[in-house]
Amino acid sequence: MAAVIEIKDLVKDYSLGAVPVHVLKNISLKVGRGEFVAIMGPSGSGKSTLMNILGCLDKPTSGTYTLDGISVGQLSRDELAEIRNKKIGFVFQQFNLLARTSASENVELPLMYTEIAAAERHDRAAKALVAVGLAGREAHQPSQLSGGQQQRVAIARALVNQPRIILADEPTGAVDSRTSLEILAIFQRLNREEGITMIVVTHDPDVATYASRNIHFKDGKIRLDEMMAHPRDAQKDLDALPAEAEPEAVLV
Amino acid sequence: MNKLLVSVKIALRALRVNRTRSALTMLGIVIGVAAVIAMVGVGTGATARIQAQIQSIGSNLIVVLPGSISSNGVRLGSGAVATLTEDDAKAIAAECPSVSAVAPSVRGGVQVVYGSSNWATTVQGVTPDYMTIRDYTMLSGEFFTNQDVDAAAKVAVLGETVVQNLFGNSDPTGQVAIIKNVPFTVVGVLTPKGQSPSGQDQDDIILLPISTAKQKVLGTNKANAKAVSTLMVQASAPGAMNQAQQEMEALLRERHRIQAGQDDDFTVRNLTEVFAAQESSAQVMSILLGAIASVSLVVGGIGIMNIMLVSVTERTREIGLRQAVGAKTRDILSQFLVEAVTLSLLGGMIGIVIGLAASALISHFAQWSTQVSPLSILLAFVFSALVGVFFGYYPARKAAFLDPIEALRYE
Repeated sequence: MAAVIEIKDLVKDYSLGAVPVHVLKNISLKVGRGEFVAIMGPSGSGKSTLMNILGCLDKPTSGTYTLDGISVGQLSRDELAEIRNKKIGFVFQQFNLLARTSASENVELPLMYTEIAAAERHDRAAKALVAVGLAGREAHQPSQLSGGQQQRVAIARALVNQPRIILADEPTGAVDSRTSLEILAIFQRLNREEGITMIVVTHDPDVATYASRNIHFKDGKIRLDEMMAHPRDAQKDLDALPAEAEPEAVLV
Repeated sequence: MNKLLVSVKIALRALRVNRTRSALTMLGIVIGVAAVIAMVGVGTGATARIQAQIQSIGSNLIVVLPGSISSNGVRLGSGAVATLTEDDAKAIAAECPSVSAVAPSVRGGVQVVYGSSNWATTVQGVTPDYMTIRDYTMLSGEFFTNQDVDAAAKVAVLGETVVQNLFGNSDPTGQVAIIKNVPFTVVGVLTPKGQSPSGQDQDDIILLPISTAKQKVLGTNKANAKAVSTLMVQASAPGAMNQAQQEMEALLRERHRIQAGQDDDFTVRNLTEVFAAQESSAQVMSILLGAIASVSLVVGGIGIMNIMLVSVTERTREIGLRQAVGAKTRDILSQFLVEAVTLSLLGGMIGIVIGLAASALISHFAQWSTQVSPLSILLAFVFSALVGVFFGYYPARKAAFLDPIEALRYE
């Protein structure tokens, strides 16, 4: 399997005052195409910093990071923006949707920073919304959508630029367990059908059981890196749940 | 182009979302631009009115008055003794190359009678050259001719004010008015000139041939039958005024046999220069008013900067998100810059409309003439755009260089 992400001897230091803090200590990691990785670890273990570097939002102090064959470690601000735009989709715990902006326009946002024409932008946004089961909600504003639906809009936004990887930081942290299953089901489907590499940071060991690979962080180092032979299937678990009166349960 | 359009779209949306705030921010620019337009309008209007008055007295005009003379050590005031003559006028016209025309004149106050009405006015005895020099045109009838002057014909040309007071609205041409018991035939009426720069009614006048005026109305100077009270001289070009003045002074000193070191017995006054000083003071006022109004435009700009800074802080997370999904530095920069410029331009446009309305109101109610030139509108527009760029740049830059990680984490 070709590696989408390849990290070698990655070090990240922060200097808080005179004392340097070593957040990541010599990490090496390879993630292949189509993997579903769950990253776990206590707060302050360095997993967020790693996510920031993987997401090209931050630069490593030393070491190399190759994303989809491109060495991105020391690219400039705007070059990193370009990489994020083309190769990475972000899903955040707090959704981070633009208020008073329709679902469709929220999804289009990454395409606004490309040369893609308006007609194609609308088209691709509509398709991405269909892919997350929100067909017909294009004109809804975030305030008119439930938490789960908002997170699905955010997933559609992460999808719309056809990224190599999707980075999700606690994507199920702000939703109930049923919605959480729905989101994981979408992730698994995108992972299987589109071959998008998923990297999910989570506190919830339950969420990690749906990933094909679990990486545990502690004190800036990888403590455990295990491949899961039989990850659970979120769609099956969802179907097994008793039906709810809530309308979004019957979607998809 | 596509990207700029997108920036404009994003900016307009952001402004729409915060309607009240956008409107209040714009208000600063609206007031600034409106003040500049109205104030400059008032200033320009005043300048234009003074210019029109200066033109009404005639162009390139120099007045020669009889000067003070010393008689046995007693200095007499200007005009006390008639030292200028019709011959002086002829000599100046003939010998000074920078002078294009000379009109001698005598003047005095009289009571004019027509039918049952009478009116106190000024009579001026002149030659036909006077009409050219003062840029007079005829409202009706004709000006008298040189033949009339030679023949001391009893003809008169009236100013509009005199006509109004004696004849009402009927045409006086051909009528006979009595001046000092002498009947004069009215041959023409002058086109009104309005106020002179010194505030006199230039239309309250009767023009007679200089010969007739002296013989029949004002009386001849007993010492010198040819004496006149003023010479109106027109220089050949605006640039020749000083030259003409020097030539005349030299010629008159020679003709009046004034020794070197002695005072002139005449006074030369460059009228255009005197009134040009008034014009420049009006221009200074116009600039001053504009400058004061510009201050409010700058204050408006600071208002924009303030609100943009608040807006950047408020939308930190949004900026972080935009950066995360691929917005480059210049994308964010242009988004906020376009927002600031949109605010200031929109405010500028509203300000122009209000400024135009304000100057129209000032004209109407304060009876001041105002003049808003297309140039000042264009300037106000461009200036308000510049205010937007100038005061929007700092907040936009601040937004563009936010750290995406911190921006995303911002609460």
